[in-house]
Amino acid sequence: MQKIGVFVCWCGSNIAATVDVETVSDALAREPGVVFSTNYQYMCSQAGQDMIQEKIRELGLTGVVICSCSPRMHEATFRRACEKAGLNPYLVEIANIREQCSWIHKDKAVGTEKAIILGRAAIAKVQLNAPLTAGESPVTKRALVIGGGIAGIQTALDIAEAGFPVDIVEKKPTIGGKMTQIDKTFPTLDCAACILTPKMVDAAQNEKINIISYAQVEEVAGFVGNFSVKIRKRARFVDETKCTGCGLCTEKCPQKNVPNEFNQGLDNRRAIYIPFAQAVPKVATIDPNYCTMLKTGKCGVCSKVCTAGAIDYRQQDEIIQQEYGAIVAATGFEPISMEKFDEFAYSQSPDVVTSLEFERLMNAAGPTGGTLLRPSDGKHPHTLVFVQCVGSRCDGGEKGKPYCSKICCMYTAKHAMLTREKYPDTEVYVFYIDVRTPGKNFDEFYRRAVEEYGVHYVKGMVGKVAPENGKLKVQASDLLGGRQLHIDADMVVLAAAIEPDRSARPLATMLTASMDTNDFFTEAHPKLRPVESPTAGVFLSGACQGPKDIPETVAQAGAAAAKVIGLLSRDHLTCNPCVAESNELMCNGCSACEKVCPYGAITYIDKEFRGPNRTTLVRRVAQVNPAVCQGCGACTVACPSGAMDLKGFSNAQIMAEVDAICK
Amino acid sequence: MQVNQEFRPTIAAFCCNWCSYAGADLAGTNRLQYPADVKIIRIPCSCRLNPLFILRAFQRGADGVILCGCHPGDCHYTTGNYYARRRMTLLFSMLDYLGIERERTRVEWVSAAEGAKFAETMNEFVSTVARLGENRRLEDLRCKSE
Repeated sequence: MQKIGVFVCWCGSNIAATVDVETVSDALAREPGVVFSTNYQYMCSQAGQDMIQEKIRELGLTGVVICSCSPRMHEATFRRACEKAGLNPYLVEIANIREQCSWIHKDKAVGTEKAIILGRAAIAKVQLNAPLTAGESPVTKRALVIGGGIAGIQTALDIAEAGFPVDIVEKKPTIGGKMTQIDKTFPTLDCAACILTPKMVDAAQNEKINIISYAQVEEVAGFVGNFSVKIRKRARFVDETKCTGCGLCTEKCPQKNVPNEFNQGLDNRRAIYIPFAQAVPKVATIDPNYCTMLKTGKCGVCSKVCTAGAIDYRQQDEIIQQEYGAIVAATGFEPISMEKFDEFAYSQSPDVVTSLEFERLMNAAGPTGGTLLRPSDGKHPHTLVFVQCVGSRCDGGEKGKPYCSKICCMYTAKHAMLTREKYPDTEVYVFYIDVRTPGKNFDEFYRRAVEEYGVHYVKGMVGKVAPENGKLKVQASDLLGGRQLHIDADMVVLAAAIEPDRSARPLATMLTASMDTNDFFTEAHPKLRPVESPTAGVFLSGACQGPKDIPETVAQAGAAAAKVIGLLSRDHLTCNPCVAESNELMCNGCSACEKVCPYGAITYIDKEFRGPNRTTLVRRVAQVNPAVCQGCGACTVACPSGAMDLKGFSNAQIMAEVDAICK
Repeated sequence: MQVNQEFRPTIAAFCCNWCSYAGADLAGTNRLQYPADVKIIRIPCSCRLNPLFILRAFQRGADGVILCGCHPGDCHYTTGNYYARRRMTLLFSMLDYLGIERERTRVEWVSAAEGAKFAETMNEFVSTVARLGENRRLEDLRCKSE
């Protein structure tokens, strides 16, 4: 037998002025199941709460309806009050008679009538409320950072600083990411290596941080606080514990013609290599695609010269299985392929380079030792043309990307400025659609390039680049001057758009994290939760969420770390009890619910049921993980058999409200 | 039967908890008037709205049903309102088939900041439904209490 108490609040005169609270409480007292109904000046006050608690204890109420302000305001207050009196907090319903009634209706009779109907709906619903208990799940106090670029390193350092162990999984042989390839950083022109490599060393030396390089995440199971991850650490054919990083093998290896990806293929490396001098971990790696010994079994030079005995041609991939409480995606970006942009003659001339290649050509540790030389003939270029927005801001998106890559305006200004600074005899042209420099000291930097360094900025796009007699004929339009330009350039630099790393999409699938149409990870809320994925326990750091420069990446990395620390510092997570629940007897295992669940909260298990004549039947039924489910209810509607229901907003409860309102 | 009195429709408004319910609260906070015929039912997300709830409302005597959710792209649960949009499109074509006037049902995106939009939408919807008059086609007369 239900014993429901109804408490009508005056809210001072906020409600009482346009709703006759006395009539409301009298009318609701006559509703079925209601054993007590009253009204009071301020229900949310201590005296009001005391009265509710007293009535719960005195009358043994099984449900409480409070006719007051919006549940968004005081639902939590009243639930807490009832819980203290021993009533399950989810047996409380609020009828919103302030925002939805007294404040919007001037006629007291109309307001009173509506308030009664809203009260009735709440009473009808509360009759069907079930006591719910918020579940708890433990938290594994270890974080996984996927990607070891500046975003991943900063996130890991910040998490480790708070005392939690972190693993960094990096697919390349060394951490450091794209920033290691950059020469100088805008707008201060700091040397990138000088600010990054100490951080890499910090990460390597931090006892809380474990770097798993040359490795990839293969499987992710579990949910927030309890992820179980399978990591494949690829065989590098070198024992990491023995290798001292002396580099002797990389000098003696006879296979010299391997394109050096660190220098964007502008020079060659050996089959056994250390990507660059400050690599972390500083150990050699054998490239199985080029190593003669691994391919034919004949060579073994590196093993002979290695004094540490670190070479192991029979090394196998290692599988690491580890539990984590939180996962941070920091997979970063890569420049898009220039394949579809042949009007710029990228494939026809080695003197047409991308900005990242130009970065290597300017770098003291690059293939030319920092002297700017044309890749074709090794001569000093005199006329350089920079083309911006190559593949960025393309309509339609067939050829390029619809978005702005954000960093190109600034690094192009930097390249132009550095070129003019080092080689004042050069003429530098920059072709742009718009110059976008929002950022601290960014516009000042760009203006310096124009005003102090005399870089020619031309608004307009380059139509065609044609190699001719050792020169590059550049045809372009000057929109402001209203004329066509023909420039004989020695080098053309393309500011290629950036796109998410290719590993991001399969990773997002594993994490059940959502992505936008451009394969950037989606944040839980574009304004208010920018570093969290909609999937609980998965966080986003750096350019995997959208194009970003280094300061922004570092800021976001720190923010993601703060979120991770907040999560890991808790021993248990309280789950929202208003989650979906599947009735196994009704479920036919059709997977309709699983397909619409944005969180991957639904899994299937084979369950035994008792059949006729003492037989057992095994059926596939849906199971909701209450720690992952966020309670949106998409599955409840998708379920064709009606097996799926949402606690707290069940089909029966909503129907009861509908009936009460439409009566 | 009320014969000469002005017809007051019964309207059920399903509002998602995160955007539209907050939008309705904002309308209240700003004292923006809309007819008392609208009764709001709170649901966690627009995708929680089972089309059956709408049919049930019509069966029980509702004259109009409106669903309000977050704007596309702003759903608290990322994709819920897209599901809702598709389901409602299907339901509406079925209601067309049944001869329920298209104007009796509506989907509207109202954010938590759009109190004015909420009130305007409700004013407009109520007058539209009031013009159409009582909904008799789906109403189950056995449910009538008196």
